[in-house]
Amino acid sequence: MPSLKDLKVRISSVKSTQKITKAMKMVAASKLRRAQEAAEAARPYAERMENVLAGLGAAVKDQPGASPLLAGTGKDDVELVIVATSERGLCGGFNTNIVKAARAHIQSLVKAGKTVKILCIGRKGYGLLRRTYGDKIIGHKDMSAIKRLGFADAHDIAADVLAMFERGEFDVATLFYAKFQSALVQITTKQQLIPAPLPEVANENEAGDELQGAIYEYEPDEGAILDDLLPRNVAVQIYRGLLENAASEQGARMTAMDNATRNAGDMIANLTITYNRTRQAAITKELIEIISGAEAL
Amino acid sequence: MTDTLHYEIVSPERLLKDAEAAMIVVPGADGDFAALPGHAPLMSTIRPGVVEIFEDEGAQPSRLFVKGGLAQISPKGLTILAEETIDLSAVNTDELKQKITDTREDIEDAKDDIERAALEKELAWMVALAEVVAA
Repeated sequence: MPSLKDLKVRISSVKSTQKITKAMKMVAASKLRRAQEAAEAARPYAERMENVLAGLGAAVKDQPGASPLLAGTGKDDVELVIVATSERGLCGGFNTNIVKAARAHIQSLVKAGKTVKILCIGRKGYGLLRRTYGDKIIGHKDMSAIKRLGFADAHDIAADVLAMFERGEFDVATLFYAKFQSALVQITTKQQLIPAPLPEVANENEAGDELQGAIYEYEPDEGAILDDLLPRNVAVQIYRGLLENAASEQGARMTAMDNATRNAGDMIANLTITYNRTRQAAITKELIEIISGAEAL
Repeated sequence: MTDTLHYEIVSPERLLKDAEAAMIVVPGADGDFAALPGHAPLMSTIRPGVVEIFEDEGAQPSRLFVKGGLAQISPKGLTILAEETIDLSAVNTDELKQKITDTREDIEDAKDDIERAALEKELAWMVALAEVVAA
């Protein structure tokens, strides 16, 4: 049975924890709004890029001499797995979920006898993957110095990835990140970056209205435009992934901290009841002692 | 056929402009071209240079430096997918000159062709920007 003093100390410590989680939740909420705005602002570019690629890619893909970024290298022996996670913890199952999905993918690749290389973006994923796949990790991007994610940051990562691809260090690249749906729901997503997947047929119809309705003149020509567009598409896809990830991270943190605040509240209520009961018991005990002492006389 | 051309300038970070103009001069990879209302559908890559937007005929154009990208003219209008845009009034000439010399040195020290190609691309837009600012 804890003493009254112990209980009092305990209650005040839980209360201060609750204050921290509450503050973190508010911070996450305001960061989430900003991250969401950034993700939405980036959408028009990615959409138009997709439209152009859908129109161009379908025409060029089967021609000989198509860019390996679109048609692939003809092999899939070596796969680069890019795992994007957060820099900070305390965001519920956010990082664990991404890493779990990546790990399952890596395991199936290893079973199929393929070589896997891992590139980690963000500190948390690196920490989680290092233990099991330390020998496969070829790089780790630290994003902690970046306050506000810009396209240039994604561009740098893409430049590294593309340089590796050109040196023939891998055949296929996949990106793992969490797609933001709402503050409560984040969907762990696996996206193939290289070779660039062409948008689905359903999507192509929409794009097709705009593109195939008119006969385009190309300057210089389709191939050259694609060569220029495809590397940029990799950067855009990574940028989009990172933005979604940032929004998801804040959403996950908000939810996690909301839960923590509520748990702390429950705990405080329970502890207060125990505290009051113990206090009452002590008073009752003292009274009994006095009364029985008086009766004995 | 409309009298104004609908145009959009989009950067990866956000939609920069979405408006109407009388004419827009685009620095295409094979030479500058002017987009007027009712232009034939065209898709062209952009070299580093200045996009000039004429809101009215004969008016002073607003200028915007583009690092490269893609221009698409469809019946709906002109869409410029810009890699990055730079405000011309905010350019620091001395800093730019220093950067150009640095990049030139880096190209000489480049370890392989891939690195060199990337640096040369960087140099291309810096030189273009310097020329525009000097003019």
